[in-house]
Amino acid sequence: MKKTFLCLFIFCACFLYSQEGILNIKDKPNDDGSALILSWDTTQIQPANIIIERETPNGEFVKILKSEEITGSYEDGTNIDPKNIYTYRITAYNNIGEIIHISKSKAKTSAQWFDKDKISLLILASLITLAILYYIFSAKSGKELFIRKIGGLESMDESVGRATEMGRPILFIPGTLDLDDMQTIAGLTILRRLAQKAAEYDSKLIVPVCRSMVLSTAKEIVKEAYMKAGRPDAYDPDSVFYLTDDQFGYVAGVDGIIVREKPAANFFLGAFYAESLILAETGFSSGAIQTAGTAMPSQLPFFVVACDFTLIGEELFAASAYLSKDPHQLGSLKGQDFGKAIFVVILTIGIILEISGIHFLKDFLTIH
Amino acid sequence: MKRKLPLFITFTVGIILIISEFIPHKPFGQLSGELEIWFLIISGFAILLGQLSLFKVNILKIQFKQRDWQFYIITLLSFITMVTIGFLWGTGKSPGILGHGESISSVMGYKPFDYLFFNVYQHLQATMFSLLAFFIASAAYRAFIGRTLESNLLLIAAVLVMLGNTSLGVFLTSWLPNSLSFLHLPNVSEFIMTYPTTAGQRAIMIGAGLGIIGSSLRIILGIERSYLGGE
Repeated sequence: MKKTFLCLFIFCACFLYSQEGILNIKDKPNDDGSALILSWDTTQIQPANIIIERETPNGEFVKILKSEEITGSYEDGTNIDPKNIYTYRITAYNNIGEIIHISKSKAKTSAQWFDKDKISLLILASLITLAILYYIFSAKSGKELFIRKIGGLESMDESVGRATEMGRPILFIPGTLDLDDMQTIAGLTILRRLAQKAAEYDSKLIVPVCRSMVLSTAKEIVKEAYMKAGRPDAYDPDSVFYLTDDQFGYVAGVDGIIVREKPAANFFLGAFYAESLILAETGFSSGAIQTAGTAMPSQLPFFVVACDFTLIGEELFAASAYLSKDPHQLGSLKGQDFGKAIFVVILTIGIILEISGIHFLKDFLTIH
Repeated sequence: MKRKLPLFITFTVGIILIISEFIPHKPFGQLSGELEIWFLIISGFAILLGQLSLFKVNILKIQFKQRDWQFYIITLLSFITMVTIGFLWGTGKSPGILGHGESISSVMGYKPFDYLFFNVYQHLQATMFSLLAFFIASAAYRAFIGRTLESNLLLIAAVLVMLGNTSLGVFLTSWLPNSLSFLHLPNVSEFIMTYPTTAGQRAIMIGAGLGIIGSSLRIILGIERSYLGGE
């Protein structure tokens, strides 16, 4: 009799234990404590469908989802606060709508102070940052750094000189994105050097922009450049002006300027989309010497074909440092080169490991 | 102070944003999104500056009767018309100060703003975009003239990709046995687009990414100050 009770007890315990695992809830890792991950496995009871509900503060259960899947998971991120305990209820129904199982589970949310998924990003970013800082301070200590020549930037003086000789203006386009894009900022840093040269050579500069924020920044930059060149009187506040935010409206406006004013030198430096070829081809047909630079890979071929000089990707960001000849800034370029060397090594090792069937490096570098 | 304050703000915000990338805990996790909203608010105010600039430049050109000054009148009239009818009768589901203008909409089919948007603006936009077709042809002609080894390679790759995407490409290599299926033009085209092209694009992206890191560090540390008008 005792043995029978013992067996029955063990059976019930096993059954209850197995039932507990139907709905599992855990805190979403690497987040701010605003989500829970619910997973269910109903293979043992084979329901027709399940309903998962969440308990509200007043004790009622509100439906979160209904599913016909036997197993699955769901991320609940609606109205979830960190450091709170949330109770969920799973109800399983058979084909005729009868409840065959009902159970509750609870979990506590927590916010993390470090996103472990981004550890590879942190290591790589730290390495590159340290390399850049090291080269900046090396340059500061007087160490001579070799920087290869960038044709597009070397030609800037030539372009401004040509415009001066021909008595025609210089056109500068800082891309079509706003000031929150790094390419626009890179373009504007080049504008400062260009405006200074234009002031020194007494050339007319035209800067049509398509973003209001870029307008105010570009105006300030050009004004300062003219003052730096000792020609504040030559500064024309209307040389930097707003056309429109619309992509093709802007293209139409700039094309009109190119056709009417016939600039001797065109600079397209910033972020561009479909307008790149329309601008560059119109500039080409007007006979201007053209320099373009963008980090948009899909637009680079158009610029390469239609422009005399093209700054490809990183060259656009290097332009300001390159033109300034400031050792601090040149040091950062060497740091970037070190970053490239790191990437070459990682890519080579990664290719070898992947071919060998070892996926450790790929998994480590993948940010989920 | 005029220089130091922006540099201090740039440094502080830059460092906090970098740190927040790795800290999901509040308030760091939401900082990036919050600052984007700030940017949008400032941009909203800056739009007024843009409109003032547009007016000033165009009025000056009309005043001094510069070359083709009549076109600048059209620009200003178009601007004023769109703004006025947008204010009066609204756009889409948003009402204007005179409501939705049902009587006008019943005649035109749309609200006046939407009518001009769909029947004038969109067509002008499409016209500008369609210019690309002609510009691509002229640019491609120059790119494909075989002068150097590189331009010859570009020409060959371009012809293979173009043929591979047409029925002629399928027809030309359909006689090849299955053992040589990798030489079928559609497969060659796919290979060029998937491997060499993607590899080249990713190399540019990696270089640009490093450039962005370098430029950002220069700006955050105050080494690069051109955007403030300084050295």
